Amino acid sequence: MNWTATFTLLSKEVTRWRKVWMQTVLAPVVTALLYLLVFGHVLEGRVEVFPGVSYTAFLIPGLLMMTVIQNAFANTSSSLIQSKVMGSIVFILLPPFSAFEMFLAYIGAAILRGLAVGVGVFLLAIFYVQVPVENFFVIMAFAILGSYVMGALGLIAGMWAEKFDQIAAFQSFLIVPLTFLSGVFYSIKSLPPIWYQLSKANPFFYMIDGFRYGFFGQSDQPVLLSLGVMLVATAVLTIICVNMLKSGYKLRDA
Amino acid sequence: MNKNDQAQPAISLRGVSKRYGDLQALSDVSFDIKKGEFFGLLGPNGAGKSTLISALAGLLKLNHGSISILGADVEKDYRQARLNLGVVPQEIVMDPFFTVRETLQFQSGYFGLRNNDVWIDELLEQLGLSDKADANMRKLSGGMKRRVLIAQALVHKPQVLVLDEPTAGVDVELRQSMWRFVRRLHREGHTIVLTTHYLEEAEELCDRIAIINKGQLLALETKEDLLARGLGSKLLVKAKNTIKLIPDEYRERIARHEGNEIELTIHRDSDSVMDILDNLRAASIDIDYVSVLSDSLEDVFVRMTGNTEVSQIESNEVQA
Ligand SMILES: Nc1ncnc2c1ncn2[C@@H]1O[C@H](COP(=O)(O)OP(=O)(O)O)[C@@H](O)[C@H]1O
Ligand SMILES: [Mg+2]
Repeated sequence: MNWTATFTLLSKEVTRWRKVWMQTVLAPVVTALLYLLVFGHVLEGRVEVFPGVSYTAFLIPGLLMMTVIQNAFANTSSSLIQSKVMGSIVFILLPPFSAFEMFLAYIGAAILRGLAVGVGVFLLAIFYVQVPVENFFVIMAFAILGSYVMGALGLIAGMWAEKFDQIAAFQSFLIVPLTFLSGVFYSIKSLPPIWYQLSKANPFFYMIDGFRYGFFGQSDQPVLLSLGVMLVATAVLTIICVNMLKSGYKLRDA
Repeated sequence: MNKNDQAQPAISLRGVSKRYGDLQALSDVSFDIKKGEFFGLLGPNGAGKSTLISALAGLLKLNHGSISILGADVEKDYRQARLNLGVVPQEIVMDPFFTVRETLQFQSGYFGLRNNDVWIDELLEQLGLSDKADANMRKLSGGMKRRVLIAQALVHKPQVLVLDEPTAGVDVELRQSMWRFVRRLHREGHTIVLTTHYLEEAEELCDRIAIINKGQLLALETKEDLLARGLGSKLLVKAKNTIKLIPDEYRERIARHEGNEIELTIHRDSDSVMDILDNLRAASIDIDYVSVLSDSLEDVFVRMTGNTEVSQIESNEVQA
């Protein structure tokens, strides 16, 4: 394990999004707040998901997590596709990185971007409505695991894609639908039974449900189940990513 | 693995083959590049030079064969192999987010080096980039980007430096200073491997030259041997009057015929210049002046690869 190399790649990946923070941090924070204002305004008082929790308050963790994971995905996928299209990927392929070192660096940067965006949304949202924090560690655990999983998916998408629009397709046809159908805006308990069952098969649901538990101490599913699902997803995606990187899939044969 | 062992080659290729679909980009290439050599890799466009360099750098998967850099296998011992090697890619690539210095600092870190600024400053100085250290990569001219690529290849002080057409599209002045620097690295003991389309560059710089075409190694010799290959040269004859009649036996050998000048292709081993001159005199050509023109590397190259469009290659490259 070469920590200097790993840390350098991590810091390069972080610098990459930090230098264009308006686009990578501010823009998604603003979008999330717009969702909050519009949905909160329209649905406030009409829907009560958890007893004693206002709809706007209920919405915040879901929106937060959605923003966190979308940005974690965007970070790895856009960094990879960009350096592949521009050819600067050779600067990463020529040095003696192991697959695992590369993986850690890319995922680390994705998590940090996810957290930066998440903190931004949270700090602005609490001006608007009070949100309880039941368990800070659960919140952090789900934010980190969620970014990890989505950063890994972004890594896979970035390795697989040859053009920017393939990343966009991955995002529009997989990530966004799974996020929207995971209970960001509602509790899946309110759904007809068949949709309820289908939602429980959506791994994104557990990300958001567990995260929400951290705020309210209430959730659809037991928090330990959600944590378990996240840990399994983390392990599986780590194995897939490291093996793809090791084989140089669409990186070393281009 | 004894690094001081002079017998150990800098680069060793054994039965290297690479296919792209139906295209055999490299077929069964085997040769060694010695430590401390200035080595030229020549071949027409599409010969497989860049593919070979990618293979050295572990940028692609081989179908057959193996490669080692200073004894380190490119696949099995990839960490050591990559530490031993610096590569300047053919295409100008860069990361537009960063300044020149950031680019070089990151690249150092990737090789496990922290606090490499003394060497980075020296590289910037040597490559005439000192005043651009804090400029964004996007703001640099093509020639400057090329020099940053060279600096990037050298941040970890690799023993073996590979340059893939480093002077394509670079102006003459810059080319000169670039070669001064590369020569200095060579004097300091680095092994240099160079591909170029400018044959005179290879002729001037390289100790040994490999010629490849269609993925195959056609020749690997010292420059002197390659030039003196006995493949031929030309006999220039100037007559006092316009040359009208040439003996039949030489008709097929005429390389050029203008007024009172004629150039004949001759074979150094089988032709006697004296006999030819005698025969010309016998055909009533009044000889005024005679000279033997030796082959340039370009002539050898053209004959070996059957590629008669060497000079056109460059303009194609610029378009691409
Ligand atoms: N990634 C690739 N996919 C398919 N064909 C390729 C690829 N890279 C190179 N080639 C082909 O392999 C041959 C050798 O290319 P290259 O090594 O770039 O030649 P050179 O550097 O000598 O000009 C060419 O015919 C080229 O078109
Ligand atoms: Mg080439």
